[in-house]
Amino acid sequence: MYFLAAEGGEAHNPILPLWQEIVVGGIAFVILCFVLMKFVFPRMEQTFQARVDAIEGGIKRAEAAQAEANQLLEQYRAQLAEARTDAAKIRDDARADAEGIRQDILAKAREEADRVIQAGKDQLAAERATIVRELRAEVGTIAVDLASKIVGESLADEARRKGTVDRFLSSLESTGAR
Amino acid sequence: MFGQSNVLAQGEVNFPPSVEDFYLPSIAPWGAHNNYWFTKITFMVWLAVGILILFFLLTYRKPQLVPTKKQWIAESIYGFVRNNIAVDMIGHQGVRFAPYFTTLFCFVLLTNFFAIVPFFQISPNSHIAFPAFLALISYVLFNWVGIKKHGFGKYFKHALIPPAPWYILPLLIPIEAFSTFLVRPFSLAVRLFANMFAGHMLLLVFTLGGFAMLNANALLAPVSVLSWVMTVALTFLEFLVIVLQAYVFTVLTASYVQGALAEEH
Repeated sequence: MYFLAAEGGEAHNPILPLWQEIVVGGIAFVILCFVLMKFVFPRMEQTFQARVDAIEGGIKRAEAAQAEANQLLEQYRAQLAEARTDAAKIRDDARADAEGIRQDILAKAREEADRVIQAGKDQLAAERATIVRELRAEVGTIAVDLASKIVGESLADEARRKGTVDRFLSSLESTGAR
Repeated sequence: MFGQSNVLAQGEVNFPPSVEDFYLPSIAPWGAHNNYWFTKITFMVWLAVGILILFFLLTYRKPQLVPTKKQWIAESIYGFVRNNIAVDMIGHQGVRFAPYFTTLFCFVLLTNFFAIVPFFQISPNSHIAFPAFLALISYVLFNWVGIKKHGFGKYFKHALIPPAPWYILPLLIPIEAFSTFLVRPFSLAVRLFANMFAGHMLLLVFTLGGFAMLNANALLAPVSVLSWVMTVALTFLEFLVIVLQAYVFTVLTASYVQGALAEEH
């Protein structure tokens, strides 16, 4: 360097730019600007934007899913409540039906029982009447036979005999009833 | 690089360093003086451009939503300038300037950074041509943006006439014109240039000073060592200046654009 000034190079003034360097620096810097500003930084902005979109889209999707889930939950709850009311109603109906049927059956059974009892009573009464009638005839015959045997005589007069027996039985009844 | 190694090999030190130390001989044609088309300085500019283009193109070849590590680094650089400079200074519409600001920031940062990279050890920005060109772009940019937004007449009226009483305007208008349209590009260029120039000069002084003292007297060796320790310390300081100046250049450009876009003062 010490020889620079000596070897014919004029002294440099550092505040005055060298025009060759301005040209070289200018071209280099313009190339740099062109490449970076055209191919790199716009793509970075795009990436930033895509990232923002991705995040916001994710949030939106999550919100939509949440809303749908809430709606479904509400729907299910409503359905469940409805089903519960239905079930309760069905149960009440069934209970009422069962009660009605029970009452019906009871009434029918009672009726049937009454009928059976009545029938039994009627039959009994009829049988009793038959028996009484038969007994009356038989008892009369037996009594007469017995009496005739005891007395040793046959009562010829049927009508008289019958009247005697009836009177006897009537007296028996009246004493029995008393 | 070449000049210094020559000097060290010859065992002679031209101390103190001079402005001529910034003007290195040409690489092609080899060794020519006053031929500036292909020197170490322009080589470094091309190298910086190449590194930046390669880095960004490679890391952003296949951008993914979930970034890889390299992609993340590239995005962080852009995101830093975009959010902390462009959007912070200019507001929402600053996003459209973010690509240029990021390019500017990266270019200035990397070319500055050559100042402390071994074997490079000089920043192209210590030649005013490069800062001047960048400042010219910033100047054109903010004026163009302002004219495009407000229209030619309104922009200059807006830029030159501050809201002040009429009787003070004859004083204020020349000051505004001077500071906005003359000082701004000049200060922008000179601030970066002077910082890098002074940084390189400081490192030269302490490095060559160490050799100069050693050559002058062997007893001065401890002082030489101290001088070289200072060089290391100043290299750290230089790193701070490198980052700061790249940031300041970008922020000021953003600030000028913001001023041109602003509705009021």
